[in-house]
Amino acid sequence: MSLSVGDELPEQTYTVTRAALVRYAGASGDFNPIHWSQRVATSVGLPGVIAHGMYTLALAARALDTWAGATGQVRELSCKFTKPVVVPDDETGVEVVVRGTVKNVTDEGVHIALEVTSGGEKVLGMPKAVLRA
Amino acid sequence: MAVDASLAGRTFPPTPPYTVSEERVAEFARATGSTYDGHAAPATFPIVVAFAAMTALMEDPSVGIALHRVVHGDQRFTYTRPVVVGDVLTATLTVDSLRQIGGADIIGTRSEITDAEGLPVCTAFATLVHRGEDA
Repeated sequence: MSLSVGDELPEQTYTVTRAALVRYAGASGDFNPIHWSQRVATSVGLPGVIAHGMYTLALAARALDTWAGATGQVRELSCKFTKPVVVPDDETGVEVVVRGTVKNVTDEGVHIALEVTSGGEKVLGMPKAVLRA
Repeated sequence: MAVDASLAGRTFPPTPPYTVSEERVAEFARATGSTYDGHAAPATFPIVVAFAAMTALMEDPSVGIALHRVVHGDQRFTYTRPVVVGDVLTATLTVDSLRQIGGADIIGTRSEITDAEGLPVCTAFATLVHRGEDA
């Protein structure tokens, strides 16, 4: 991998469907009903079923693997969960777009500022990562 | 009801050992559309073990958390090495900080994830926001 300061990494677009959330609930063990039940989600004031924040962060990690060209290269990964990704009950789902910019390259690794959006709005706060140099 | 102030600084017992199987890693990778090539598990896979530690905290009756009022505020992972199949992982959660803001408890947690030899694999930091009755 050869990444330099200022590099804009190729934008990655992923589709999130209700079926994906059910699959993620099973794989992660997070069965909070706000991620699969419209009734429960709206009863707690959400606009609808929302993606697990950790699912959205997993998509950011997926983009990092793509940019690194290999798995297992992530040394640090962090974000705030600022805006829920509402996932409609249809076949189309909703798109999540992951962008990244190389901010610094140090002995520690390649520092990447991420931007994760859905419908043009940022859904994660200050997402960032460090990849092995 | 706010959680008890004595929660700050408390370390919970280690979670039961979790054996990382090829099937579970492949299932997690499929669920997130990630690649599993037989080497490293996806970067966020350790949340499975960290989540078990956080659940134990949230379900502890002495802590006073109402599960349905909890939202995940932020998450940070630092990795000593990637998780691989065959790892036997344990998470030990410590409450690093506790603040009350606008009727909500802001609980800063740190889960140290170690392997069967007790060597560090990953640290998962999570902030849990426990909203009060009127928040």
